[in-house]
Amino acid sequence: MQIYLPIAEVSVNLFLLLGLGGLIGVLSGMFGVGGGFLLTPLLFFIGIPPAVAVATGANQIVASSVSGLFAHLRRKTVDIRMGWILLIGGFAGAALGVYLFNVLRALGQVDLFVTLCYVLFLGVIGALMFVESVRALRRSGRGKPARQRKRGWAQALPMKMRFRTSGLYISVIPPILVGFFVGILSAVMGVGGGFIMVPAMIYLLHMPTKVVVGTSLFQIIFVTAFTTFLHATTNYTVDVVLAVLLLFGGIIGAQVGTGIGLRLRAEQLRILLAVLVLAVCTKLALDLLLTPSELYSLGPPGES
Amino acid sequence: MVRILLLALCFALPASAAEEVVLGLSRDRVSITAFFDGSEILVFGAVKRDEPIPEERLEVIITVEGPREPLVIRRKERRFGIWVNTESVEVASAPSFYAVASTAPLVVAMSEEEDLRSRVSIYNAIRTVSAAPEGTDTARFIDALVRIRLREGLYQRRPYHVVLDEQTLFRTSVQLPANISEGGYETRIFLTRQGEIVHQFKTVIDVQKVGLERFLFSLSREQPFVYGIMAVGIALVAGWGASAGFALLRR
Repeated sequence: MQIYLPIAEVSVNLFLLLGLGGLIGVLSGMFGVGGGFLLTPLLFFIGIPPAVAVATGANQIVASSVSGLFAHLRRKTVDIRMGWILLIGGFAGAALGVYLFNVLRALGQVDLFVTLCYVLFLGVIGALMFVESVRALRRSGRGKPARQRKRGWAQALPMKMRFRTSGLYISVIPPILVGFFVGILSAVMGVGGGFIMVPAMIYLLHMPTKVVVGTSLFQIIFVTAFTTFLHATTNYTVDVVLAVLLLFGGIIGAQVGTGIGLRLRAEQLRILLAVLVLAVCTKLALDLLLTPSELYSLGPPGES
Repeated sequence: MVRILLLALCFALPASAAEEVVLGLSRDRVSITAFFDGSEILVFGAVKRDEPIPEERLEVIITVEGPREPLVIRRKERRFGIWVNTESVEVASAPSFYAVASTAPLVVAMSEEEDLRSRVSIYNAIRTVSAAPEGTDTARFIDALVRIRLREGLYQRRPYHVVLDEQTLFRTSVQLPANISEGGYETRIFLTRQGEIVHQFKTVIDVQKVGLERFLFSLSREQPFVYGIMAVGIALVAGWGASAGFALLRR
């Protein structure tokens, strides 16, 4: 059954969209990620115009993150104060990101830029995660995980602030920078940025692992909501019908995924996620490297 | 009696050409609903004449043209090992949809001059403004535009697709694909003899989003602020609802 998307102006199979939403939901439930980094490229593959895919992807992440945040709030694993600080950077980053996106769109290079971002980030994160989890898998059973350094450069900067939930007393500058950077990514790539935010919080800000995911979700909700809003008002590219269909599949998928996730070991889960990330990265990289079957493309006229 | 009536009708019509078209459309309004999956329009009619049928063969050409829009055609080139958009050509106005059906191949049915004047063939329907830098091969870009749109079914060339009976009754069908944009679709019917246009007739098929599609599209353009808040609102409620719903289920 085909459904006509009013903003994307394409007709897509209804069950394909529900299935796609479900698949992303399963992954996000299994791995605790928003799934935006997979959703947006998959939307490209099924023929949704890139601008609509990015904007609608952001909207979809709002929903899945809200759903996740409530679970974390119940367990009190959200550092709300840190969340607000990250947000200050995040809003500024998202605004710059949407501006950047529009400039690139006018130049005709937005597809290239978005794809390059994906290849770069998915490649690096996937490889790091893979190496780290293989090591963890070998180490498990004997000994403790390597201890982290507690003091970092974040202590040396001015404007310090106390974060009770995280048990940190650090300068606000690094969290603002992290938020800013992730905000840009969220606007340009249509992702929540959790896959960048979580490692940054652990390794740069030295936050305790248990509060990292909840706090990241907290900030992601606001940044992606803001991004969605900016895309809707400047580019008119948010497709509500597409978002609702993806959501519907996603909500059900997330519950299934959580069930699967509980049966697997954390290291196995991380290896699986790493393989998945690398697979998407490879596919996108091949698109850039191999000779395309059609060298020409059509687009709306630029502003210049 | 019938003859008198017909005769009266002929006199009543202004600019009485030797041959005229009386047209019928299976539908003059296409609604894009949520489950829109393309649409087929039958174009049919009769040639009305008050003289004997001339010796030369009559040809019928039917074109359907979607709303025009400017666009940019970009070409990819390998730079530093990856494929990047480099050169581009701007097209001042190209139809978003264009179908030409005829009783014979277009080159046979219509002379080149007539084609140029009335912009009948696909290539003549595209208006280029050469904003391209020196040395750009504009023709190859236009070829690419036509190739891409032919593949997507947005441009259609259908020689022999118009059926003409007894030099009088003609019919054809035009397939509108699912991914068309809305607007007025200008439909033209040309009658030609020996390549010259003897009569032409114009009408418009209205293609519009209706219902929910109409509502959402207008809202997103006219009230983007409200639309943005609505989109975020739906996401928040859905996320919260999912969390609350499943928490209840687990209990």
